[in-house]
Amino acid sequence: MPKENDYIIEMLNITKVFPGIVANDDITLQLRRGEIHALLGENGAGKSTLMSVLFGLYQPEEGKILKNGEEVKIKDPNDATALGIGMVHQHFKLVDVFTVLDNIILGAETTKFGFLQKKQARKQVEALCEKYGLKVDLDAKIEDVTVGMQQRVEILKMLYRNNEVLIFDEPTAVLTPQEIDDLMEIMRGFAKEGKSILFITHKLNEIMAVADRVTVLRKGKCIGTVNTADVTKQQLSNMMVGRPVQLEIQKDDAKPGENILEVKNLTVPSNLHKNNAVRGVSFNVRSGEIVCIAGIDGNGQTELVHGITGLDRVTGGSIKLCGKDITHGSVKKRNKTGIAHIPEDRHKHGLILSSTLEENLVLQNFDDKRFQKMGFIRFGEVRKYADSLIERFDVRSGQGAITTARSMSGGNQQKAIIAREIDRMKPLLIAVQPTRGLDVGAIEYIHSQIVAERDRGAAILLVSLELDEVMSLSDRILVMYEGEIVGEFDPKKTTSEELGLYMSGAKRDNGGVKNEE
Amino acid sequence: MKNNKAASSPLLDKAGAKPGLFAKNGTTTIISSFISIIIGMAIGSIIVAVVAIFNDSIDARSAWEGIRLIFLGVFSTGRDSAGSLTFGFNPTNFGDMLFRATPIILTGLSVAVAYKTGLFNIGASGQYLMGTAATLAIALSVPSATVPPVVIWILAFLGGIAAGAVWGAIPGLLKSLLNINEVISCIMTNWIAANLVTWFFDANPQFKNASESGKTAYICKTTSNGVATSKMFLDKIFPGSQVNGCIIIAIVIAIIVYIVMNKTTFGYQLKACGGNRYAAKYAGINDKRNIVLSMAIAGGLAGSAAALYWLSGNTEFYWATYQALPTEGFNGIPVAFLAANNPIGVIFTGILMSMLNIAGLQIKNLTTYNEYLTDIIIAVIVYLSSFVLIIKTFLAKRAVKKNDKKSDEAVVETVVFDDDMKPAAENNGEAAE
Repeated sequence: MPKENDYIIEMLNITKVFPGIVANDDITLQLRRGEIHALLGENGAGKSTLMSVLFGLYQPEEGKILKNGEEVKIKDPNDATALGIGMVHQHFKLVDVFTVLDNIILGAETTKFGFLQKKQARKQVEALCEKYGLKVDLDAKIEDVTVGMQQRVEILKMLYRNNEVLIFDEPTAVLTPQEIDDLMEIMRGFAKEGKSILFITHKLNEIMAVADRVTVLRKGKCIGTVNTADVTKQQLSNMMVGRPVQLEIQKDDAKPGENILEVKNLTVPSNLHKNNAVRGVSFNVRSGEIVCIAGIDGNGQTELVHGITGLDRVTGGSIKLCGKDITHGSVKKRNKTGIAHIPEDRHKHGLILSSTLEENLVLQNFDDKRFQKMGFIRFGEVRKYADSLIERFDVRSGQGAITTARSMSGGNQQKAIIAREIDRMKPLLIAVQPTRGLDVGAIEYIHSQIVAERDRGAAILLVSLELDEVMSLSDRILVMYEGEIVGEFDPKKTTSEELGLYMSGAKRDNGGVKNEE
Repeated sequence: MKNNKAASSPLLDKAGAKPGLFAKNGTTTIISSFISIIIGMAIGSIIVAVVAIFNDSIDARSAWEGIRLIFLGVFSTGRDSAGSLTFGFNPTNFGDMLFRATPIILTGLSVAVAYKTGLFNIGASGQYLMGTAATLAIALSVPSATVPPVVIWILAFLGGIAAGAVWGAIPGLLKSLLNINEVISCIMTNWIAANLVTWFFDANPQFKNASESGKTAYICKTTSNGVATSKMFLDKIFPGSQVNGCIIIAIVIAIIVYIVMNKTTFGYQLKACGGNRYAAKYAGINDKRNIVLSMAIAGGLAGSAAALYWLSGNTEFYWATYQALPTEGFNGIPVAFLAANNPIGVIFTGILMSMLNIAGLQIKNLTTYNEYLTDIIIAVIVYLSSFVLIIKTFLAKRAVKKNDKKSDEAVVETVVFDDDMKPAAENNGEAAE
C-alpha cells in the first residue's frame, strides 16, 4: 500500500483563470507514490485544466507544484517529461501513417551518428510489452490498428520515456467493456511497480474498481479527497453533482402494444469492407417498450440504424413501419411517417454546428405549415417554438435560441437533439448511444426522458455500448455480433457476464432470434 | 438541473454580459473588411513613395498626387489652370464606376451563394464565358426586323443565365454524384469554356466585326442588331459615362438572392447542406439535389454578369480568349469574401472594387504612374480578404478582454466552462510534443 505522507506530486492551491472563467479555484491535489488517484467531476468541472497545468500546457495564476517535496516549474510538456510526468490524452496524439514502433520512439529516438537505432529501441519496447502484458503489433501502422491498441501505444510511449507519474485523461471513453477490464488490470500492474497514476474520469464504476483515492471537483472547486474504500457510488455522485442523483432508473414494467417496427432479413452493405455489415437481421419493436441492441462497437449496429433510417442503402430484406413498407423510402418520407432518430454522432448527423440553436431545432420540420408560408420561413413561429423547447428541456446556452450550436457544451447539444426528436412525437424513437460522453446529471435526465417516451406509447430502439445502460434501461435486449443478432434476453433474467459472452461471440443462440408476433 | 452548464464560447459571448458593439457579428465584418481595404490603399501609397524615391523623374509633388488619387481617384476632376489636381463630384467617373461594378457584383454573388452552401465556386470565369457566348449569339442572330429588341434583350439575358447555370451545374453534378472536388472540376470547366467559346466564334464568322477595319478579332456590339440595355435615366444623372440600367438590375438580383437565401425554406435547405451535408441528409433534405442546384444558381449568376455586361451595347468581346480567362470571374472571389458572403454586402464591395479601377485610370491619365498600381492595391486587398476572419477574431478577442475588466465576481458563479477548452489544451500539446 502507498504510504500516507510519501507524496510524489503535490499541486498546492492551484488557481487557473480563463477570460471570464475560473477553471481551477484554489485546488490542492496530492498524489502518493504508487497509488491510483482518480480525479472525478462532470464535464467542465476543471479536471482537464488541472491536468494540463501539471503537464505544462497551462501556467497557473496562483499555487505551486511540488515533486518529491521540492518546488518545480513546469513551463511546457518537455519540462513535464523531464520530471517523469507522462499523459495519455483523450484523443490520441499519434501519427497515423507511422508504425507502432515509430510512434513509440518518436521524439525520444536513440541515434548513432544521426542514424536511428531501431533495433535497440525495438528490444526495449518488446521488454516493456512483456513486463506489463501490453499486446501490440510493433510493425502495424496506427491507422490499421484498433482504438484499444492505439491506447496501448500511448501507454508504451510513457513507459519508454521512463515516466513515473502517468496521467490518463478519460481513458475508457473509447474502449469496449473487455478492453476496459484489461486497462484496469494494466493500471493495477503499474501501481504495483511503484508508478503513480492520475486517472481522470466521470465513471463511478471504474473508480470503485481501481482507484485508491479520489479527488472530486465541481465547477472548478475542490470538493474533497476521499478513500474509495470509505465511500459509496451514491456518495461520490452526490459530491460530483452537488445534489442527490438517482443512479437507478425508476420505471414500471413495459406494457407493449402493437408492432411499430418490423425488420425482416435485413441486409446492409458495409462502407468499410466488401462484406455486409448487417446480415439477415430480423426483429420487431412494439409500442411501449424499449428494445436495446447491445454489442461491441463495430458489429453492425451503426449500419443497422442507418438502414432503418434510410441513411444507408439496404440490399436485402424489408422494413415495415406501422404496417407500411418503408424499405426503399426516402429519409424524408421515413421522418414524416414516424421515425425520430437521436443519431450516434451528434456532430456529424445531429447538428449543423455553424447554425444557430433555433435553426437546428427545426431541422426536419422547417417546411411544416407551422413554420413557413409560401416558402417563406415564419421566423416568429420558429423562435417561439425554439424558446418553448429550450424551456421545457432545459437546454442551456449563452444566448438562447440564437446561440451557435458549436459554442454549446456537449451535454446541451445532446439535450437539444433529444428535445427536437422527442417533441416530434413519432411512433418510433431510435436512440443511438444517447448518453455517450455525458456526465451523471445529464445521463439521469436523458434516461428519464426516454422512459417517459416509452410510457407515452412510443416504440424505442436503443443502441448502446454501455452494459450498465443496457441492463437498466431496456425491456428487451438483442445482442448483435458480426452483423447478426445472436441472442435475445430479458434484462431481469440475465447478467452482464452472460451478455458479455454473446457480445464477444463466445456463445450464440442457434438460428438467431425467433420473431414474436 | 442545478449544475450550471451555461455554455459560453470563450471568444464571443458570456452569460450575463451583453456583447459589446465590437462583438456583434455584422459590425466586426464591416470593420475588418474596411481595415483590409485601408491597408491595401496604404501599401499602394507606400509603393508610390518608394517608386518616387528611386525614380529621378518623379518629384515629391507628383508622388503626393499619386497618393491622393489612390484614395480619392473617383472624385478627381482633372487639373486646374495652375496645374494642380482638382477634386469634386465627377459624374463620368461615378457612372463608369457603377457600370464596371455590375459584372463583379454578380460574379461576387455567384461566389457568395456557392460559399454559403459549402462550395467554392472558382468556376465563375468559365460560367461567365459561356454566358457571354450565349448572350451574344442570341442578341446578334435573332432578327431585329421581325422581333422587337426588348424581346431579343430578354431572350439574350435569359440565354446567358441558362448557359452559365448549365456550366455551373456540371461541377455540381460531379460533386454530388461522384464526390469530385468542385474546385478541381471548376478549373477544368473554366478552360473547357475558354476553348469552346473561342472555337464557337471562330466557326461562326457572322458574329465577327467585319465592318470596321482591324476589328475582326472582336465580336459585333449588340447595338449593331439594335439591342442594348435601357439607360433607365442614369445617363441623365451621370452624363458622359457608360452607365446604364444594368447596375439597377444587378442590385435587384442581389436583393432577391438575399431574400431567397435568408428568408425562404429553399435557402434554409441550401445552407443546411452547406453547413453539414450529413446532418441535412439525416433530416431528410435531398443533399445531392441541393448541391447541383446551388452550383447551377451560382453559374446562372455568373452568366447574368456576362449577359448584362455584353448587352450594355457599348462593349465588344475579344473572342480569341483561349489565352486568358476573364478577370470578372476571379474578381468575384474577393468581392464575396470582403462582404463576408452577404449578398447585400456584395453590392458595396463590388462598387468599391470598381472604384479602385477608376482610381487606376485617373492615376494613368493624370500622373506619370501607370494604372497597374491599382492592380497591386487590389491584389493586396484580395490577399487580405482571406484575413477578414483573422481580423474579426482579433477584434472579438479585444472585445472579450474589455468585457472582462468590467465583469465582477458574480460571473464566476454563473459562468462555467465548456468543452472547447479541452481541444485548445490538446492543440498546444501537439505543438509541444
